[in-house]
Amino acid sequence: MRSALNLAQNDEDTDRVDDPTLLKQAMVRVAKEQDRDAFHFLFSYFAPRVKAVLLKAGSSESQAEDLMQDVMMTVWRKAKLYAPERGSVNAWVFTVARNARIDLLRRASSRPYDDVYEIELESDVASGEDEMFETERAERVSEALAELPEEQRQIIELGFIEDMSQSEIAEKLDLPLGTVKSRMRLAYGKMKSKLEAVR
Amino acid sequence: MKTTHHLDEATLLRYASGDLDSAFTIVVAAHLAMCDECRQAVRDAEEIGGHMMDHVDEAPVASDAFEKLMARLDTGENEQIEVDLRKNAQSDSDVPLPLRELIGEHLDDVSWRLVAPGVRKHEIRMGKKGESFLYMLNISPGMAVPEHGHGGAEMTLILSGAYRDKLGVFGPGDVADLDEHIEHQPIVEPGEACICLVATETPTRFKDLISRLMQPFVRI
Repeated sequence: MRSALNLAQNDEDTDRVDDPTLLKQAMVRVAKEQDRDAFHFLFSYFAPRVKAVLLKAGSSESQAEDLMQDVMMTVWRKAKLYAPERGSVNAWVFTVARNARIDLLRRASSRPYDDVYEIELESDVASGEDEMFETERAERVSEALAELPEEQRQIIELGFIEDMSQSEIAEKLDLPLGTVKSRMRLAYGKMKSKLEAVR
Repeated sequence: MKTTHHLDEATLLRYASGDLDSAFTIVVAAHLAMCDECRQAVRDAEEIGGHMMDHVDEAPVASDAFEKLMARLDTGENEQIEVDLRKNAQSDSDVPLPLRELIGEHLDDVSWRLVAPGVRKHEIRMGKKGESFLYMLNISPGMAVPEHGHGGAEMTLILSGAYRDKLGVFGPGDVADLDEHIEHQPIVEPGEACICLVATETPTRFKDLISRLMQPFVRI
């Protein structure tokens, strides 16, 4: 594990971690042993991505740096709440960053999201599944997104990364709101049909 | 609980991306609390976010960013949160968890205001002006659910009892996630009152002159 971590850390040019189990193993070590080396690995990987997302969502440079610090602090503090059998580390960190965006940029509350996550953790629907199930689902989602036509992928990216609302997307792309919604549904439908094979 | 009417797929994506305002977020979260199937769908939608974040062009962080974070850890004020799931499991509440903070643990304790014969309402105050409205309706058996969309999107989650409209029967956990183009007239099923949680968009425009004229009369 340690050598794998070092390898990934030294290889600064190929920043994508191809093996999602490396990220999961690091999360487990942070949760179980408060392992700071494992956390450093996660930080090197996620901090620049989280900051990029915050910048794209409209934060200033210094605000994005501060918020990124808060998000990564939350990743450390909530590490024990990450459940490997329920999804990828990427998706979990995305939700931590999303919730921070809601709390800090929108001045709304992410509390309902926390409540749902708590219910999720105590529900036994997914807990009996092995990790492979969720890992495979995450892979299928990536596949489906890679195959999306540009007009659908763009709408997903504007919503998930640039934090734009449906109506803002409609305005930016000069499309009727109904078209934005139907493209979202089409994109979701493609993902769903890929996932049905896993279900 | 087996729900038969679920969230629109565009709504699932909006929830996962954090696009809904407070009122709609609460209704969606309350449905998710009652619906295993939609929770799985949200997990999948959050994988989209994970994938998108994974493929973003990275932004350089401050050279001392990690050391700064470690220094914050060393203050001892940022200990890890332990998983504590007793809060929900031990409760005998009939209110979905995301709604409890707003209305309490039991539907029986909600205070109602009579707004029309057979129709009681409980408004839930949301933070900001200009945001969507959130409220509950308690409608007697056999009564029609009053028109309440005001021409914008609305979302209705059944908490107890049931109603029927052209889309079918809606029971506890079912959600009517409708855009402004759908006309429907739900009637509460015989037997018990129907209690539902409703989010409606702030009215921005009225569909036509008739509804503009009718607005003061049908408004609830």
